[in-house]
Amino acid sequence: MDIIVLIKPTPDITKAKFDISRGVVDRSSATLEINPFDLYAIEVAKRIKALFGGTITSISMAPPHAEPALRDAIARGVDRAILLTDKRFAGADTLATSYTLAMAIKKLGKFDLILCGEKSVDGDTAHIGPEVAEFLGIPHVSFVTRIVDITKDKIIVEADYGDAYYTVELRLSALIALSRPVIFKEEFIEPQTPKFSDILRAKKARIEIWNADYLSDIADPSRFGLAGSPTRVVRVYYALEKGRQAKVIKDYDEGVKAVLEILKQLRMI
Amino acid sequence: MSARNILIYAENYSGNIHRASYELLGKARELISKIGGEVYATIVTTKEDAEKHAKDLIAYGADKVVEYIADKSLLPNQQVHKEALLDAINFVQPKLVLIPATPWGRSLGPRVAAAIKTGITADCLDIYIDENGEIIQVRPAFTGNIIAHIKTLTLPVMATIRPGVFPPPKPNYERRGDVIVREMKLSPNVTETLKVLGVVRTKTVRLSDADVIVSVGKGLRSKEDVKLFEELAKELGGVLGCSKPLVDMGWLERDRQVGFSGNTVRPKLYIALGISGAPQHIAGMKDSQYVIAVNLDPSAPIAKYSDVFIIGDMYEFAKRLLSIIKDQKMKKS
Repeated sequence: MDIIVLIKPTPDITKAKFDISRGVVDRSSATLEINPFDLYAIEVAKRIKALFGGTITSISMAPPHAEPALRDAIARGVDRAILLTDKRFAGADTLATSYTLAMAIKKLGKFDLILCGEKSVDGDTAHIGPEVAEFLGIPHVSFVTRIVDITKDKIIVEADYGDAYYTVELRLSALIALSRPVIFKEEFIEPQTPKFSDILRAKKARIEIWNADYLSDIADPSRFGLAGSPTRVVRVYYALEKGRQAKVIKDYDEGVKAVLEILKQLRMI
Repeated sequence: MSARNILIYAENYSGNIHRASYELLGKARELISKIGGEVYATIVTTKEDAEKHAKDLIAYGADKVVEYIADKSLLPNQQVHKEALLDAINFVQPKLVLIPATPWGRSLGPRVAAAIKTGITADCLDIYIDENGEIIQVRPAFTGNIIAHIKTLTLPVMATIRPGVFPPPKPNYERRGDVIVREMKLSPNVTETLKVLGVVRTKTVRLSDADVIVSVGKGLRSKEDVKLFEELAKELGGVLGCSKPLVDMGWLERDRQVGFSGNTVRPKLYIALGISGAPQHIAGMKDSQYVIAVNLDPSAPIAKYSDVFIIGDMYEFAKRLLSIIKDQKMKKS
């Protein structure tokens, strides 16, 4: 089974700083790592490969300094890592990003299954999975909480629709966007730290770099990057924290009293 | 002619219109005078429900309802909704399409946007028309730390809107509106490449609807202890929530998880017990009206997101509060 994992190298949101004047992440403040949701996609890919054999190829679109994140992906079990990087890809919104990823998948050729995280910790759009699937003309399910079963030509999953969970069967080739936590058959998936020997092996592995020219025989370059992006950020600012009283109380009785006060204000008691 | 009209996608995969669809109709009525045209709602429904659903959507603010009739078994098949929404967009030629940012809507919206190569903005908290008449979409990013205002250069402008950010309008069943039934033309293979085999389970806990949430975190010492805090939540007329580690350990179900990878909530009162306040948790609850936190660690990050921060044991606090609430109820009855 040929499996593709979409990996977004993202800054660690607990450490990264935001350049508010330019509306972008201050790249110097944070190294890029695998989007936490995508770690689950790698784990699921490994389990499917263990059942059917085949290869796991990861595709990412990011600046060149994302390379360590891709080495981490290899250490975690990805066979082949492709990094789409080019100034012409820069400034892409989700539509242009999905288009570029879909064209790279086309360029790659045959595949059975695409796995990705439901969303990223920085963008938080959840757009990429459904948009890539649309550009490739394959079925998709997002917010997948469990892989129930997989055969060579279909996959059965459970997905969160909002008010209920549904069981959905997809004919392969298909795309699955995973929630966390996620269950593979009966097993609760938890991403593992790679072994030292795998980290060493990944250090020597080759990361394939693809640029815009490499895709130009099948893609329309005007749909890459900022030029191909229909949305524009017009203003960005820090989310204002509500002015909390942050009243600190060390005594239980006093604490309970303060809570009762709030309940009274809310007319709840 | 430039595009006018607003199209609201009414979510219906179970036979019940999702409440957030009505919130979007309320917002559309507010925006329509600045956009021009009319407020359309579109829905995939069944023969049995078609009339009732049209009446509801008109009562909540739709001028026209574009209906697609499908077999009940096809309602939870998103590929059917995709085809219907694409047809509705083509028919209505809207300037703006709004979809509830439920998991279902956040999957359907981008799929449709990609099909018509237009921009879409995810999980918006607000939408307004600026002084140049442009539609501006407001959304959080970076796990809720940043707010971005976004405009779209292509038509239609598409956005998913977080449920609960706009108040639901009062329905008026005297309102008049038109119902247009469009033929449901399905592309070949739509029902073969994706089949819905059934409902696993319907959620019994809806954190997003709760006025009071009592949430427990790693301070919880055993699975059995959940009972105490569930009782407290119940006595306060609320629902029990939790932080991610408890779901990972299998102590509580994921429907109860508050945070970036769980549920984003905005209750009137949020009580965080034994939760230190990781950024992912804060992102899920920081818009609550009041926040009370109890933690043994005085340096827990949640302190600065709280109105009242009690340094102490969550068990002791819960027991004392519970007994006082119960006493008060006894006296009243």
